[in-house]
Amino acid sequence: MSAAFDKTLIVMPAFNEEASVAEVVREVAAKLPGIAILVVDDGSSDATTKQARSAGALVATLPFNLGVGGAMRVGFRYAIENGFDNVVQIDSDGQHDPTSVPELLATLASADLVLGARFAGEGDYQVRGPRQWAMVVLASILSRSSRTKLTDTTSGYRASGPRAVALFAEHYPAEYLGDTIEALVIASRSGLVIRQVPVSMRPRAGGVPSHNPFRAAAYLGRAALALVFAFIRPQSTYRVGGSV
Amino acid sequence: MSVTSYVFGIVAAALILVVVVELLRRRHLRERHAIWWIIAGILALIAGVFPATLIWVSQLVGVEVPTNLVFFVSIAILFLVCLQHSSELTKLESKTRTLAERLAILELEVRERDTSRPDNEG
Repeated sequence: MSAAFDKTLIVMPAFNEEASVAEVVREVAAKLPGIAILVVDDGSSDATTKQARSAGALVATLPFNLGVGGAMRVGFRYAIENGFDNVVQIDSDGQHDPTSVPELLATLASADLVLGARFAGEGDYQVRGPRQWAMVVLASILSRSSRTKLTDTTSGYRASGPRAVALFAEHYPAEYLGDTIEALVIASRSGLVIRQVPVSMRPRAGGVPSHNPFRAAAYLGRAALALVFAFIRPQSTYRVGGSV
Repeated sequence: MSVTSYVFGIVAAALILVVVVELLRRRHLRERHAIWWIIAGILALIAGVFPATLIWVSQLVGVEVPTNLVFFVSIAILFLVCLQHSSELTKLESKTRTLAERLAILELEVRERDTSRPDNEG
């Protein structure tokens, strides 16, 4: 397992997470000894960079907010340029339990992209209402497209193997929801193998998920839009090795 | 149509062309952005100098009131310009985004190099 650790980069997108980022970095470092951790500060206005650096992580600071997609692209580029084969994305709010990382990496041996799924049995993470229906519909569409059973397609806890890293470094979607939904479509359309591993999820350290019906409707609409355009985009958009 | 409105139409069209050419001359406008304004200016000039052409074209495409053709063409051109700007904006945003990403990585690399040099320790 330690050989895989050498070649693995943990990427943590962080936007105004000064309260939790240092603790999460320390926890990841303690539970996965020797692994490289890159925190991408997504244009935070607080001390996220300082906190993450003091906890011993590598920190790339974006000059302004780009969203999770932009932050992850920094992670994928950094991984390629510094010889890392695998990238594991972990949220910096402490929601993802790093003990699942070895399992994600082990599954990566037979897949290119492994999702840590929140509803697959472990843990006690719950989402209700329209948001849940949206997630169910998304899951069934994306499962068909990737020819594997996926239950939690919007999970930000995921591991990418070498082929996925090469693809994502160039084409990781930057739009809202693109980073989760469209990334899966890009991966499956590019012939990558996607797998899902159940992971336990802890409640968010701060903030409550929104149950506002208007927000839920907007979420549904944007998810549908992201999905439709991900499917009708020309294949040439995802070619690896071209110029910008 | 009075002489005043005839002259006014021509002057307005000519003014558009003069401004566009001047901006192009000073490199304040790129050719691919100017093309729609040049087309609009030339069309306006033709319609201004020879109002008969406008009436002729209206009859050709079946527009009963020639002025409506003017409105239609004007709105169509404005719409296309707007669309072109949105598309350019998207391209610019994606370039800015790529620059920001590269900058973040470069900054990190410079920092790593600095801290790994022994004379800069501490």
